[in-house]
Amino acid sequence: MYAFTYSSPKTVRQAASALAKSEDGKLLAGGQTLLPTMKQRLAAPPALVDLSKVEGLAGIELKGRTVVIAAMTTHAAVATSAVVEQAIPGLAALAGMIGDPAVRNRGTIGGSIANNDPAADYPAACLALGATIVTNKRKLPAEQFFTGLFDTALEPGEIVVRVSFPIPGRAAYAKFRNPASRYAIVGVFVAKRGSDVRVAVTGAGASGVFRAPALEEALKKRFSPKSLEGISLPATGLNGDMHASPEYRAHLITVMAKRAVTAAIGK
Amino acid sequence: MTATGIGAPVRRKEDFRFITGQGRYTDDINQPGQTYAVFVRSPHAHAAIKSIDATAAKASPGVLAVLTGDDLAADKVGGLICGWMIHNKDGSPMRAGGHPALAQGKVRYVGDHVAVVIAETYAQARDAAEMVVVDYTVLPAVVDMVKATQKGAATVHDVAPDNVVYDWHLGDKASTDAAFARAKHVTKLDIVNNRLVPNPMEPRAAIGDYDGGTEAFTLYTTSQNPHVARLVLSAFIGIAPEHKLRVIAPDVGGGFGSKIFIYAEETVCVWAAKKVGRPVKWVSDRTEAFLCDAHGRDHLTHAELAVDDKGKILAMRVKTKANLGAYLSTFASSVPTYLYAPLLSGQYDIPAIYCEVEGVYTTTAPVDAYRGAGRPEATFVVERLVEVAARQLGQDPAAFRKKNFIRKFPHQTPVIMAYDTGDYSASLEKALDMADYKNFGKRKRDSARAGKLRGIGFSAYIEACGIAPSQAVGSLGAGVGLWESAEVRVNPVGTVEVLTGSHSHGQGHETTFAQLVSDRLGIPIDQVAIVHGDTDKVQFGMGTYGSRSGAVGMSAISKALDKVVAKAKKVAAYALEASDGDIEFKDGRFSVAGTDRSLAFGEVALQAYIAHKFSGQDLEPGLKEGAFYDPTNFTFPSGVHICELEVDPETGTIRIDRWTAVDDFGNIINPMIVEGQVHGGIAQGVGQALFEGAHYDKDGQLVTASYMDYCMPRADDLPSFAVGTTVTPCPSNPLGIKGCGEAGAIAAPPAVINAITDALGHEDVTMPATPQEVWRAVQKAQRVLAAE
Repeated sequence: MYAFTYSSPKTVRQAASALAKSEDGKLLAGGQTLLPTMKQRLAAPPALVDLSKVEGLAGIELKGRTVVIAAMTTHAAVATSAVVEQAIPGLAALAGMIGDPAVRNRGTIGGSIANNDPAADYPAACLALGATIVTNKRKLPAEQFFTGLFDTALEPGEIVVRVSFPIPGRAAYAKFRNPASRYAIVGVFVAKRGSDVRVAVTGAGASGVFRAPALEEALKKRFSPKSLEGISLPATGLNGDMHASPEYRAHLITVMAKRAVTAAIGK
Repeated sequence: MTATGIGAPVRRKEDFRFITGQGRYTDDINQPGQTYAVFVRSPHAHAAIKSIDATAAKASPGVLAVLTGDDLAADKVGGLICGWMIHNKDGSPMRAGGHPALAQGKVRYVGDHVAVVIAETYAQARDAAEMVVVDYTVLPAVVDMVKATQKGAATVHDVAPDNVVYDWHLGDKASTDAAFARAKHVTKLDIVNNRLVPNPMEPRAAIGDYDGGTEAFTLYTTSQNPHVARLVLSAFIGIAPEHKLRVIAPDVGGGFGSKIFIYAEETVCVWAAKKVGRPVKWVSDRTEAFLCDAHGRDHLTHAELAVDDKGKILAMRVKTKANLGAYLSTFASSVPTYLYAPLLSGQYDIPAIYCEVEGVYTTTAPVDAYRGAGRPEATFVVERLVEVAARQLGQDPAAFRKKNFIRKFPHQTPVIMAYDTGDYSASLEKALDMADYKNFGKRKRDSARAGKLRGIGFSAYIEACGIAPSQAVGSLGAGVGLWESAEVRVNPVGTVEVLTGSHSHGQGHETTFAQLVSDRLGIPIDQVAIVHGDTDKVQFGMGTYGSRSGAVGMSAISKALDKVVAKAKKVAAYALEASDGDIEFKDGRFSVAGTDRSLAFGEVALQAYIAHKFSGQDLEPGLKEGAFYDPTNFTFPSGVHICELEVDPETGTIRIDRWTAVDDFGNIINPMIVEGQVHGGIAQGVGQALFEGAHYDKDGQLVTASYMDYCMPRADDLPSFAVGTTVTPCPSNPLGIKGCGEAGAIAAPPAVINAITDALGHEDVTMPATPQEVWRAVQKAQRVLAAE
């Protein structure tokens, strides 16, 4: 790790101003990606602005038909939240599948979506559930927030404050893990609200999280795993590495979508 | 059996300190004035070094020195060695290139040592290491071991222009070919034995220290065999004569073979300590461990089995290419030769065997012994061949094995080994029973109803352990003898210190060795201390590997204990005023036969030291005896493992449902520790079969250089194991021990692959059988079914 300056502001405004002072400064949320990267000397931000002391950035609230999760809420808190479990059990289950207990106790939803790792789990939930990402400057629909590999619509000095998830009728997440890292090789979040069905896929796309219209259309006709039988997605635009070829990933998207639908119906 | 004697499942004495963070590993040790070494490593697989500019690094804060291969050469420090000479088919010696501890003119794998930076702090050393400017001319990488020996491949070492280290063989080619010519059936297989990274929990580390007053060096290092390290550093590398070099291997957190070897880093640390006049510490980070710890396995094999019309095996023919990496590590040459081919007879009566092995240089990390070392590779060949032959002949794989088992002992195989004892059918029968083999069909149907493919796989393995008779290994090219030493020091109050040349790095010697002493001397194990890992305390020893510490190390202790008891009887005779011949020793008491006069062991020890009851002319005072034990044969642990698993055809995921292990380790000192060794071995073997694989890209970059891509087995990948034993005591050592440390890692891979191929109905599955690989194989199985 290289040397860096550290600050621990108490408000979002202070954090934004601390971030503005350093050209390549970084926000430190749970640090589960940033800190290992810095230890490996693969990242060398001159300044870290720690969000852990910022007031009001953690917590889960039910507001009408929406679950609002503040940015610094840990995965463990989401996984074990009675509110989330009641309203969107598939989201609680997803949080419980992230990393390992140590990661879940430190890692945060805001940090995860701001990093937008193409194999992260939360982006699939945000996209499928039609979440709104609230920053210190504006509100962004998930569709506009995730813009590519490790890339988001966040502008310099913009800080994720909370994420609002409209409560679906049914929803579930199914993940096929990389055997080594246990990140998603393919993670599929399926959400049904009224007649609308959304299927969002993480881990597989060469440009990050995406929706699978072919699966959505099939499920809109009938929300059943049987509706997905025989649908084979093209491998174009999918990631390939030593663990999974694009073809294997394409195959797994349908399999995981079926399993997510099964889980969603089961709830 | 006493509560702490032989056969008792005594809890490990050492565990309290380990699990409460009180272990003392090399990184826990810090010397006054200690400095820190960071190595500048090659980013290229193969390159010529044009120049090294350390100007900026030397000027960086806290830097004491930047040292390169030129400095080593100027000090006449020798290169690292390979301690086993292999001869080619034509009798000429193998072609071993130089292995400097810091590169001289050329780098040969990513991570190769180019220079070392020594600074006041680790961070300063690391910062300065990034400032060392190395000007390379990049040369073509040599990654694929098949292409390595073909025309047009770059040369790794000039001494071997075609990258062939040796072209070796074992067995009788003519009689083997003749048997194949008359065979009714021939089974042929192409086999990949995947390359593994050892991954001990504790990474390697070293502290070099130099005392200018006594002109003596001390090296703390993560070694499985500190005396061998001292011997090599003294006699071959030339750091210092042995009496001026102390090597200490304190608590060591796992080795699996990777800490047998004498590496560049400890060599540089101990040499540099004198250069900078300060202790020098290096601790490997996990990336360095992936790049530079000697890897394991990495064979490509074509194997054939000849069978007659009655299902009797006639002969085996094996041709193997072994990737030895960029340099020959300490015992690299022996692993794919004498630790491999002599095991190809397995548990079977095979009249003729012929094996050819080509050792190949590539621009990858050196490859050397890893848990099992050659024997897992041999067992994988034998057990895959036998399984496939049984399937092709339409015979039950268990029955086919049984038909071909060796039944009479001793048994001379056609490939060196003389098996002393065993009862292979007993292990198989017990394993079949424990695995509920007869109801497998029902379980398979149940799985099919749930959309899963269930398979069962056998592995009837043999290993040669208790390494090894010194004369025998000397005749095969070993540079050292493989005996073991022990010294038993009885203190005046009757407590005992045992000094052993074995080294414990997870095996539990502090417990099992103490159990032997407790059993023999009738004293509780808390009155016994096991001392190891320090060349200033233990005179000499050969260390721990090859499942040798029970069979060889404890046999040396047993011999020394015999001498202690004999001497103590003499002391007791004087003290009890009886003749030697009338003294009996039982349950910790010396008594005069036929009387009620007796003394406890501790009382006799005191008499030995106060020496009031005998004259110095008649008997030496004191009670301390040493012994060297050189085995007369290898030991031959064997057993049968059965793996039963389910394949999810949709995803290619494997779930191991049942694991049965029945092992014959001869006599067992501590069944709990033995079972733990079996568990760990199976986990490692399953790791090789399903998860682990070191993968270099075409440019020689290690793609799997972290746990993000290199998959280790985890607890939730494994079922609870059903472990049983059968016992045929080893006749060649006084304790009847065969050894257990590597069995699981040897047995497991073919059991897993035999189970997967059983489930899929074809043999085309390569290790590691990751979900992607199994899914590919499922697709192939479905194509085969569709075509039928």
